[in-house]
Amino acid sequence: MSDTIITVSDVVTQFGKNRVHDGINLTVHQGEIYGLLGGSGSGKSTLLKEMIMLLRPQSGEIKVFGQDLSRISQDRAAVLRHRWGVLFQEGALYSSLTVEENVGIKLREYTDLPPKLIRDIVRMKINMVGLPEEAAVLYPSELSGGMVKRAALARALAMDPELLFLDEPTSGLDPVGAEAFDNLILELRGILGLTVVMVTHDLDSIWTVVDRFSVLGEKRVIAEGTLKEVIENPHPIVRQFFGGARGRIRSRDGK
Amino acid sequence: MQSTRSQKAEIQWSQKDGVILLKSLGNWTIDGLRDVAETLERFSRVSRDVSIQWDVSGVGRVDSAGMLLFIRYCDRLKANRCSIKIIGARSEHEKMYRLLRRYTPRYSEARPALFSYFLRPLNTIGRGFVAFLLDIMTFFPFIGENFLDLISSLLHPHSIRFGAIVKNIEEAGVRAIPIVVLTSFLIGVVIAYQGAVQLKKFGANIFIVNMIALSITRELAPVVTAIIMAGRTGSSYTAQLGVMKLTEEIDAMRTMGFDPHRFLVLPRITALMITLPLMIFLSDIIGIAAGMFISNIHLHISYAEFLHRLQNVLAVRHLWIGICKGPFFAWLIATVGCFRGLQVSKNAESIGHYTTISVVNAIFLVIACDAVFSVIFTELGI
Repeated sequence: MSDTIITVSDVVTQFGKNRVHDGINLTVHQGEIYGLLGGSGSGKSTLLKEMIMLLRPQSGEIKVFGQDLSRISQDRAAVLRHRWGVLFQEGALYSSLTVEENVGIKLREYTDLPPKLIRDIVRMKINMVGLPEEAAVLYPSELSGGMVKRAALARALAMDPELLFLDEPTSGLDPVGAEAFDNLILELRGILGLTVVMVTHDLDSIWTVVDRFSVLGEKRVIAEGTLKEVIENPHPIVRQFFGGARGRIRSRDGK
Repeated sequence: MQSTRSQKAEIQWSQKDGVILLKSLGNWTIDGLRDVAETLERFSRVSRDVSIQWDVSGVGRVDSAGMLLFIRYCDRLKANRCSIKIIGARSEHEKMYRLLRRYTPRYSEARPALFSYFLRPLNTIGRGFVAFLLDIMTFFPFIGENFLDLISSLLHPHSIRFGAIVKNIEEAGVRAIPIVVLTSFLIGVVIAYQGAVQLKKFGANIFIVNMIALSITRELAPVVTAIIMAGRTGSSYTAQLGVMKLTEEIDAMRTMGFDPHRFLVLPRITALMITLPLMIFLSDIIGIAAGMFISNIHLHISYAEFLHRLQNVLAVRHLWIGICKGPFFAWLIATVGCFRGLQVSKNAESIGHYTTISVVNAIFLVIACDAVFSVIFTELGI
């Protein structure tokens, strides 16, 4: 559990004059579910995008699997991209492909497996995320919000990644669906040895699935650690998060 | 981690006193399974009613693709009435096995029968025809709704969106002047050149005037201008309304009590019906001017001679026939454009799809309508 998968050190991000991150430091260990928490506009999604090489920070260093993302070669970046899966907030399914084709696209492009086996893998992943079998032939526009999320998760898991990035996985799901989704992620982590980094607002997810997390605010990490550690933190933003009505109910009822 | 990934999956098979020994080696991960899959496929085809011992102790990493392959062929061999004993499985393998077992799709080898391949074209044709009928069945209510809106607008003239109409006239008319002028000029040039060569042979140079004047005013100017409008304005109507449908603006309008037909469709149709005849008139002038220019250069017919002849040949009804086609063509183009725009469904791709369809439909309808006009005018003798 102690191997570090991601290290973020002194990251500074700026859009024009607007500074989003001013010296972010955090580490993600092997096999843990790591949460990025923070209010709207605190730069959680931006940080996530920097980790998956969609954005480049102005300065600072991000290392994933021990490789510095700012100095990585094209080939190594390609290998790295195969080792992680990403679930985007709105799913980002390709609208011209069916669910089955969406989930199988990396398998078809990057592996030389026989088509029948690919079909089985795809169907299995679709089953695994809790989509009905009939959903496989539907197009993204024919799915409900929750089903899009699930299909996108199946796509992220298609290549059995070692690292999974989730951008607000439970937003837009009903409470029952959100809980099932959380449990699914826990189970997959246990069996596939996944490391998961998730951006989330969902206090329930933080209580139930996240092992460690950091709270972003005032352009930096104001608290990092397990729930117990963070909740003791006297910082006003942390207090606000867990001291609000929703947080209090959760704290009172306990885990 | 990299080095362990590159160890390819392997499977060896040997026979010992009636028991087949299968031995799996290496990493059964997604990037190195091809050979194993082929071997297993061959093996499972020939093995029936045998007992098998499958030794998996030599396996390194296994991911879900590898495990699924294992499960698949286990099932296949069992279906072939083989007895399988698995030895050397580690606990993480068993965990993975149980997880995947839970989610394995029902294994089916069912293929469509050969016969169904022959039926497929019929299926496609049938579906296409039904889709066509459905299209028509939705098109007529659309026209009807439009017509009712037109009547109610005429009864309440203050509700007509004059601002929107003027804006659309500018967009479809004024801004299209350069392209219409250029195209008409080139059409005039082409007709004059083609005609000149033939007429020169007979020494009937002066008849070039008849040819240019009649063909341009009666047929070419209306049809070519309409086609330009279909490509330029019809497609933009579809795209505009399509985007508004996509972003739910049209639903928003409905909830606020703004009827999209009255606010969006009717002004566009009206604008184009006013614009197109004017553009056809412009196109007539430019086309004939271009013909005159080429006749002068190529056949040495002076401008005065050309104009004098033109006055004798070109009765005003020819001009009117061409211009009168304008509103009909415009109605077809604008109606189809708006209709297709409102058909756009939830995804962005369908905008492109319906824009293409709208242009194709509009051009076809313009030409079909023109053919009908030709027959009618010929029968009437005008």
